[in-house]
Amino acid sequence: MVPTNYYVILSAILFGLGVFAFIFKRNVITIFMSIELMLNAVNLAFVAFSQALGKLDGQVFVLFVIVVAAAEAAVGLGVIILIARNRQTLNVERVDLLKL
Amino acid sequence: MPEQPMLHYLWIVPLLPLLGSAVNGLFGAKWPNKYVTATAITSTGLSFLCALEAVREFVLERHSEFFHKEFFTWITAGNFRAGFDLQMDQLTVVMLLVVTGVGWLIHIYATGYMAHEGGYYRFFSYLNLFMFFMLILVLAANYVVLFVGWEGVGLSSYLLIGFYFLRKSASDAGKKAFIVNRIGDFGFMLGMFLLFRAFGTLDFQTLFAKAGTWQPDAMGQFGTLTVACLLLFMGATGKSAQLPLYVWLPDAMEGPTPVSALIHAATMVTAGVYVVARSHVLFTHSETALIVVGTVGCATAFFAATIGLVQTDIKKVLAYSTVSQLGYMFLACGVGAFTAGIFHLMTHAFFKALLFLAAGSVIHAMGGEQEMPKMGGLGKKIRWTYYTMLTATLAIAGIPPLAGFFSKDSILFEAFRREGGWHSLYAFGLLTALLTSFYMFRLIFLTFSGRARYDEKKVHVHESPWSMLGPLVVLAILSVIGGWLALPTFYGGSDYFANFLAPVFGGGPEAAGVATEAATHQLELILAGVAFGTALIGIAVAYWLYLKNPRKPDDLAKSMKPAYTTLLNKYYVDELYAFLVVRPLLWLSTNVFWKAIDVAGIDGTVNGIAHGAAAIGDGVRHSQSGNTRSYAVWVVAGAIVILAVIFFWPAASKTVLGLVR
Repeated sequence: MVPTNYYVILSAILFGLGVFAFIFKRNVITIFMSIELMLNAVNLAFVAFSQALGKLDGQVFVLFVIVVAAAEAAVGLGVIILIARNRQTLNVERVDLLKL
Repeated sequence: MPEQPMLHYLWIVPLLPLLGSAVNGLFGAKWPNKYVTATAITSTGLSFLCALEAVREFVLERHSEFFHKEFFTWITAGNFRAGFDLQMDQLTVVMLLVVTGVGWLIHIYATGYMAHEGGYYRFFSYLNLFMFFMLILVLAANYVVLFVGWEGVGLSSYLLIGFYFLRKSASDAGKKAFIVNRIGDFGFMLGMFLLFRAFGTLDFQTLFAKAGTWQPDAMGQFGTLTVACLLLFMGATGKSAQLPLYVWLPDAMEGPTPVSALIHAATMVTAGVYVVARSHVLFTHSETALIVVGTVGCATAFFAATIGLVQTDIKKVLAYSTVSQLGYMFLACGVGAFTAGIFHLMTHAFFKALLFLAAGSVIHAMGGEQEMPKMGGLGKKIRWTYYTMLTATLAIAGIPPLAGFFSKDSILFEAFRREGGWHSLYAFGLLTALLTSFYMFRLIFLTFSGRARYDEKKVHVHESPWSMLGPLVVLAILSVIGGWLALPTFYGGSDYFANFLAPVFGGGPEAAGVATEAATHQLELILAGVAFGTALIGIAVAYWLYLKNPRKPDDLAKSMKPAYTTLLNKYYVDELYAFLVVRPLLWLSTNVFWKAIDVAGIDGTVNGIAHGAAAIGDGVRHSQSGNTRSYAVWVVAGAIVILAVIFFWPAASKTVLGLVR
């Protein structure tokens, strides 16, 4: 039986990698993947705690997260395709209309 | 229906002019002049009739028993109550009839005088408003309601002085009148507060009943009553144009002439005398206050009369004459002869209103000319105006048996009879009488006699319409017979006036009873003779100087140049006030209140806060780069801070969580 904190530490490392990639990568697809990484890091923590506490709530939550992530992937990839078509680029630094 | 319907609905008397004012003010702009005229004349005329009916009920049905009615409560706070209470006693009767009667006549006159002026409806709206406030003032049964009228007449006076508001001098004069009156009103209010503190009420009846039981303040001591009286008198000096606050009245002649007649001669300016007479219970309890009143009155009478000697503007002469005559009234009050003061108030209302209206008629005839050196010889061309004005002049100069003789004589008599250092007041009063008859006849001779000093081809002199002459004639009759009301006993009269007012002012030394003593008779006869002689001397001097030797006045002016220029410049009082008060205040306002406190202090704070917010925003703005990942950095940084707090500072995080819950 692997102790719970192993899972939690692994989850934290994955999440940190996700954050790191989100912040420093420029390619929008890589960023998208780092988001998926963070979501799954959280999923791992949920499952681990669910097992440790002997409750099913965590696992139910994980199912929700997977569903939402799938939906997000559909929408997100659609947005990325539109950006690529309109701007001929996948570099997020060139997509900065969100300012005054 | 109550037994005396008009008395029980006394509020109708002031309400009618208010309605007239409101109707004319709201609708008059679109109406032809005749509707405006009808509204104004009807409202004041009805008010006069109602006042007559109220007086009839008061005198005949109540047998002059004091009437007082509370209509509604206006202010209550703790044990303080100010109600809309009106009262009627003999003093009110006199004031009420003078205000409504003379006021109505002047309204009629004004319809003729103002016929060709712009803003006709505005004029009558203001004039009716004035009537309303003046009636509130004289009918009030407590100091608070009286003060409402007091301020209201000040407002109407301001509006009417500045009636020709496009002329800068007129709007300046209006402001001057208002501001100078504020100074007096400040004292008046302080006086009211002091009275309330001392007696716990401002109702005349209760207050005077309580004050009557007090020990009189010792001479030279400043007890409550003395201070209160002096403060009230400060208000009176403002409203009634006494030294040192008289400066606004001569300037107030910028207003139309009917206004000068009604407000600045017959009614409003006598409000101060009325208040002193109304508060006579307080004043007689303070010898110091009486001396101040008498001295100020006497000094003003003499001072203003000397200025009146050399003025060339016909209305300015009358204005200084008014100031002087008001001084007489205060002199009467100061020697405790309130009856004489009120009597002079009444006769003065008749003849001074007449003088102003006649002067207005002259100005009308001359096409707007007010300078007497440019008149002359008008007597033959405008006979009605001439004879009525001559009547009024004889009355004010104190020629028997006209009204002014009796009232002025009774004041001088009381001043003479009063014991203890009052003879100097009598002397100055007599001297003033001499000056009065001189400058009034100077006015008559310069205006109506001699040769014409205007261009007869350009100025088409014409007699005024009957709407103007009618009131002149009525007032002339009143100026003749008005004095007979107080015919002292030895002239064969019964001094009806003094007997009538006796319930108000008490059976003091001025009451009719004492005058029957033989010694007093003789004294009064001698004094009357002296006064008559003085008046004749004044007339003779004026005749000699202005008709017999028309060059002499100029020579005199040259030989006494310093005195003449001082008088011509009104003793430089305006300049003195400008130097002592106006300019320091202006400097203080500009440099301290405006530039330092307002601009630097208040505006600086407000603008500083705004600028600070803008600067902070300017700095923080750069954090919004539009780059999504930089926002993510902020999110991460925030998360790290929160986690750090939870880990390293658990107590604080618990508090925050507690607040969130």
